Amino acid sequence: MSITIELPHVGESVVEGTIGKWLKKPGDTVKRYEPLVEIITDKVTMEVPSPVDGSVVRLLAEEGETLPMGAPIAEVATADSPEGAEPETASIEIETAAPDSPGTTGYLLKNVTPVGPTGGAVVEIEEPTGTTADAAATQPAAPAAPVTPAPAAAPPAPSGSTRLSPAVRRLAQEHSVDVSQVQGTGLGGRITRDDVLKFVESGPATAPAAAPARQPAGETSADGEETYITVTPVRRMIAEAMVKSVSEIPSAWSTVEVDVTSLVALRASVRAEFEQKQGSSLTYLPFVIKAVVEALKEFPTMNATWGGDKIILKNRVNLGLAVAAPGGLIVPVLHNADQLSIAGLAAAAKDLADRARTKKLTLNDVQGGTFTLNNTGALGSYLSGPIINYPQAGILTTETIQKRAVVIDDAIAIRSMMNICLAFDHRINDGSEASGFMAAVKSKLQKMAPGTSIY
Amino acid sequence: MAVKSVIEAVREAIREEMARDPKVFVIGEDVGIRGGVFLATLGLAEEFGYDRVIDAPLAEASIMGIALGAAFRGMRPIPEVQFSDFVWPSINQLIGEAARTCYGTNGALQVPMVIRMPYGGGIRGGLFHSQNVETHFFHTPGLKVVTPSTPYDAKGLLKSAIRDNNPVVFLEHKKTYRLVRGEVPDEEYTLPLGKADIKRTGSHITVVSYGLTLHYCLEGAEELAGEGIDVEVVDLRTLTPLDTETILESVKKTGKLAIVHEDNITGGVGAEIAALAAGQAFEYLDGPIMRVCGPDVPTMPFAQTLEDAYMPTADKIADGLRKLAAY
Repeated sequence: MSITIELPHVGESVVEGTIGKWLKKPGDTVKRYEPLVEIITDKVTMEVPSPVDGSVVRLLAEEGETLPMGAPIAEVATADSPEGAEPETASIEIETAAPDSPGTTGYLLKNVTPVGPTGGAVVEIEEPTGTTADAAATQPAAPAAPVTPAPAAAPPAPSGSTRLSPAVRRLAQEHSVDVSQVQGTGLGGRITRDDVLKFVESGPATAPAAAPARQPAGETSADGEETYITVTPVRRMIAEAMVKSVSEIPSAWSTVEVDVTSLVALRASVRAEFEQKQGSSLTYLPFVIKAVVEALKEFPTMNATWGGDKIILKNRVNLGLAVAAPGGLIVPVLHNADQLSIAGLAAAAKDLADRARTKKLTLNDVQGGTFTLNNTGALGSYLSGPIINYPQAGILTTETIQKRAVVIDDAIAIRSMMNICLAFDHRINDGSEASGFMAAVKSKLQKMAPGTSIY
Repeated sequence: MAVKSVIEAVREAIREEMARDPKVFVIGEDVGIRGGVFLATLGLAEEFGYDRVIDAPLAEASIMGIALGAAFRGMRPIPEVQFSDFVWPSINQLIGEAARTCYGTNGALQVPMVIRMPYGGGIRGGLFHSQNVETHFFHTPGLKVVTPSTPYDAKGLLKSAIRDNNPVVFLEHKKTYRLVRGEVPDEEYTLPLGKADIKRTGSHITVVSYGLTLHYCLEGAEELAGEGIDVEVVDLRTLTPLDTETILESVKKTGKLAIVHEDNITGGVGAEIAALAAGQAFEYLDGPIMRVCGPDVPTMPFAQTLEDAYMPTADKIADGLRKLAAY
């Protein structure tokens, strides 16, 4: 019989070698331990001895050829084998081609098998159980459970003893889902995170008809001195977001007064017609949005994010609008706000606010905001110190519109005045940019007057 | 960009930093004339002289002690421990002294040194050439611990480590040295310590790994992609500082976490990451946290069958992830 000589393991970390020089040619006899070939690696150059007495049948690799460890390089007929017998070891398929573009993630050389110093077959183990894997998942409660996910053959969810993972419990609470209504597709009928999300998406049956005004469930302390209210997931998320913003963003604050007398007149002049046409009320909000969005286009560093070693300007203007929803503050996003007219902004903002209050926002509605506007004036506020919606560059508030006595050209006039307040990330912008931005918003608002088109 | 091996990337990083800063020097067994047993320092002695690439006697405690003293005096030594298996005689210098010096002197003394160690198995190195040692250093405050998996990361991270004013244990998996190839930019770059890298994005399961097993995770993830299981693979790159933010963000996104490493399972890096996720992403977990790690045996066995049984492989990882996906 004949045996295949493989490119041997020549050193730890070495995975390939080059045939330097064949020391034997086909037909030559060779003794055990007699050098057969010279192998060159970037670490060592060495002679590979023959593992057996015999004669060289053929060489499978040429001088100068680089091969992975374990590649067949020659066949040697052992002394007792009949001539021309087939070699015992079948050839190994070698894949050496690198991916076209490996990228910096890199790749592993394929089919590189460590072999003994003189070649020889590698023993394959059938059932690799040596590596330790732990997790309850490896000891399924139901042994017959399929290994691959098979949603089509999901067993019926056992009712009564349903254990919920923390993620499922949180999601069910957030979406007010009764989990006994959800069909589980996980191991042994377990309800998974995706099951809850699909159930929520599947229809209005899940939404409570009318959420009753939330009376925070309180628990009284033993001595009766304190009452503890459980923090809801929404409350917790708001808390985390606020802490993150305040602890990471060095924010500065500024305010300016805006004379909105002509804007008040503009709104009064178009309000009746708009409300008749659109069937909804016309607030000051779309006018303010318009002014803010235009000013953001002029001051791109206000529509930006701090990126550590760079400032990331956002090419779209996606304006977040703070809305007081039943469960807490939510900030739906008016995407591409710069592409809408005042009337379009009015409709879009109303749609978002309505859906925020009825809990019908989609994930997309609350993602991708680049700047936030908060109409704190609606709550009766006169000045606010807002907290930036992380990781945006700023947040602007609009305050109550009040008629005040103002000095104009040394005369006292009664004007409709409104404060606007800005908190901005001082890493990205200084006072000069912030003031310029505020001045731009102010100027745009003051230019809005009867005759300005809202369409 | 040129495709390079990990060992070439390591060599380039050392060469560039030695050329940039005359305070940088290398000390270790066989690093000079021989160029290192893995050839990490090949040609550096000829280029920079034997007083900057110092062949040391076979005495790790001395190598580490000399490096530590030089660092106290403002030098930036790169001691090489020929195999991480041999670091133990120098543990007092490294953990007892280097890790605690800055803290103990209130910053008066700093230890800007990088301890390079080839580590890890799967190379038929047997008991004394295959050990995983990272957990000991991961557990020690005052040390930074870096575990690159690709040529790109190895070079960028090693350059940052050399410029860092803290003692950095730089662990190079010896099987990746010539097995892993990847693009490395021709121009100067560094990578920040403490920043993980998402090597593959996915939505169903987060797998956290580093070093050699990172590549097996990528292979396992590729296998599962064909079965509709979308795996995100996070490469820690540095164990200390640990990029908890990237880990938690990924876990919150996918809801399922597996940690894969070659070091033995008990008290390992995976245990710490599991505790992190359980503590800070509890409400997002939709399955038990899984670990696929080396078993608790005293060291890497030599026999091929036993070494294969020890090593986490792409198949073993894929098997584990399938179960986690089905949970």
